[in-house]
Amino acid sequence: MHVVVLTKMTPDTEATVTVNASGQVHWGDKLVINPWDEYAITEAVLIKGAHNVQVTVMTVGPEAQSEALKHGLAIGCDQAVRLWDSALEKHDSLAYATVVAAAIRKLGDVDLVLFGKEMADLATDQHIFQTARKLGWNMLGFVAKIEALDFAARTVRVRRLTDRGAEVVASRLPAVISVLKDINEPKYPTFIGIRKAAKAEVPVWGLADLGLSAAEVAPRAQVLGYRELPKREGSAEIIEGATAQEKAEKLVARLLEEKIL
Amino acid sequence: MDFSLTEEQLMAQEMVRELAHDKIYPTLKEWDRKHQPHPDVLPLLAENGVLGINIPVRYGGQGFDYITLALVCEELERVDASLRVVMSVHAGLNSLALLQWGTEDQKQRFLVPQARGEKIAGYALTEAEAGSDPANLRSTARREGDIYILNGEKMWISLATLADHFIVFAKTDPHAQPRHKGITAFIITRDMKGVSTYDEKHKLGVRAGSTGGIVMQDVEVPVENRLGEEGEGFYIAMSCLDNGRYTVAAGATGCIRACLEDSVKYAKERYTFGVPIAHHQLIKQKIAYMQQWYDAAKLLVLRAGWLKNQGMRNTRETAVAKWFATEMSVKAALEAVQIHGAYGFSDEYDVERYLRNAKGAVIYEGSSEIQQLLQADYALGYRQDRPLRCEPVPYDPEYWQSEA
Repeated sequence: MHVVVLTKMTPDTEATVTVNASGQVHWGDKLVINPWDEYAITEAVLIKGAHNVQVTVMTVGPEAQSEALKHGLAIGCDQAVRLWDSALEKHDSLAYATVVAAAIRKLGDVDLVLFGKEMADLATDQHIFQTARKLGWNMLGFVAKIEALDFAARTVRVRRLTDRGAEVVASRLPAVISVLKDINEPKYPTFIGIRKAAKAEVPVWGLADLGLSAAEVAPRAQVLGYRELPKREGSAEIIEGATAQEKAEKLVARLLEEKIL
Repeated sequence: MDFSLTEEQLMAQEMVRELAHDKIYPTLKEWDRKHQPHPDVLPLLAENGVLGINIPVRYGGQGFDYITLALVCEELERVDASLRVVMSVHAGLNSLALLQWGTEDQKQRFLVPQARGEKIAGYALTEAEAGSDPANLRSTARREGDIYILNGEKMWISLATLADHFIVFAKTDPHAQPRHKGITAFIITRDMKGVSTYDEKHKLGVRAGSTGGIVMQDVEVPVENRLGEEGEGFYIAMSCLDNGRYTVAAGATGCIRACLEDSVKYAKERYTFGVPIAHHQLIKQKIAYMQQWYDAAKLLVLRAGWLKNQGMRNTRETAVAKWFATEMSVKAALEAVQIHGAYGFSDEYDVERYLRNAKGAVIYEGSSEIQQLLQADYALGYRQDRPLRCEPVPYDPEYWQSEA
């Protein structure tokens, strides 16, 4: 029995992201683990604590992405695998899904794949759904709680939070799950985990290891360039008044005047 | 010469940084204002293994080295000195002393639960008339058969009302000449009959920390709780300070960094004369000095840490690090308040807290004046390190990281 959790490094949420004149983006000086993935990794480690399963943390990307894997190991994942090949330099989400699905098949005994809700930098989650599709497994998105998990009976029941409200869904395993922040309180690394992570040699699986050809991961979508958002112009106005009542009345009047209310 | 930190050290530092920042910082100010110890600090440091960071795994610790201890202390004091003080007394002054001087039985009974964070440890040397002159201490220990009877009062003891175990120093020979030869070290526990403790309130700084006193009234301490030999207490006390001062110095680098980081942020946000104050040369000068003080202090700390890892005596090197780092933390905090202007004078910003905290560290664990006398005496040849019966324990990764 095996649980796989995907992660990546994303720009620090406090970083100043800039775009230069030729449309190249600078994501800031510091990368952090994709904030959503902290919940997915924690959930995988919690599952490991409750069931006799192995947890593999995985990423797609160059050497710099290893930090996310080390973080996963430090929190308690058993092993890490980095998927990378020069042919993936400009990969799109479908290529990502192709590579991840191949790696999961290569591991063989995987029952559950966990993702954070989305990639914080690109604000996208299509790679998650594409991975499920590539594997031909059920996709359970926006999961706020895993209510029941039975590896022997090969079933899972989860609570999803959707725009229409909460929804309890049962599925057979194997399945792919994307998790929301409600699912747990992210764990911090442990010192023992840190020592293990620091000593770990993370294997890199290339296309050949995954039995894929460059054509299968050729990007169908390409980012041509980035542009800065237009600068927002604004001004501040302080509503004066002798009492809170008077200030509130003036504020409401102004909001009506500006057609905001 | 290798200045790089290992991945293990960096990850441990990052972990403690995030823990302190996420779990303590958001509520720190309210406890500082109340002059009460932050209730989450000890459980947090215990549960996450921080309290045993550089104790061998076989004694319940995490098996990291002395450099990691310094990095951890820096991160803790980046948030507040009260967090680092816990490491100074629990780890620096007490647990490492047990590792260096304790019998195997004492290590099992006291060090193991301390390293696991199950028991909290303190260190009690100072008395009303024995601060910079510890040989003047008045507490007594009278042997009667297999026990010692301890009497006396200790003051300015961190975690006095919170710790379970204390290393205390008392005179087994009050008439010994020289005076320091009459001092013996003991391990006492809070549950011993005759031990009572109290808190000191309304300190200038470290207000979210715990400082107090211990009263010992006919406390019966079994001879198995004597740490080291009779008359060896002064040397043990001083060797404890070699580790305690190290954590204070490392913490002070965290305070300087806090001053620097907060000042950099504020200087870019605050405008005068139509530009951010960071553009003014006199502000730049203050920032530049803070950077210099941080770098120099940190290098002194890391040198002391390297010596400790080697198991080499480091009394002078640790003392100079403590003296410099704490003095510079006071200067950095003064400048940080100045950069923040009137806002810095109010507790709306953190810099006034840094200043109040920093002032403590140039007094405790050897005042700056004592540190200067010590440096001068080494330079003049008036002071030399003599061999200790139990030398500092070097960091041997294989031994420290293995289960047994």
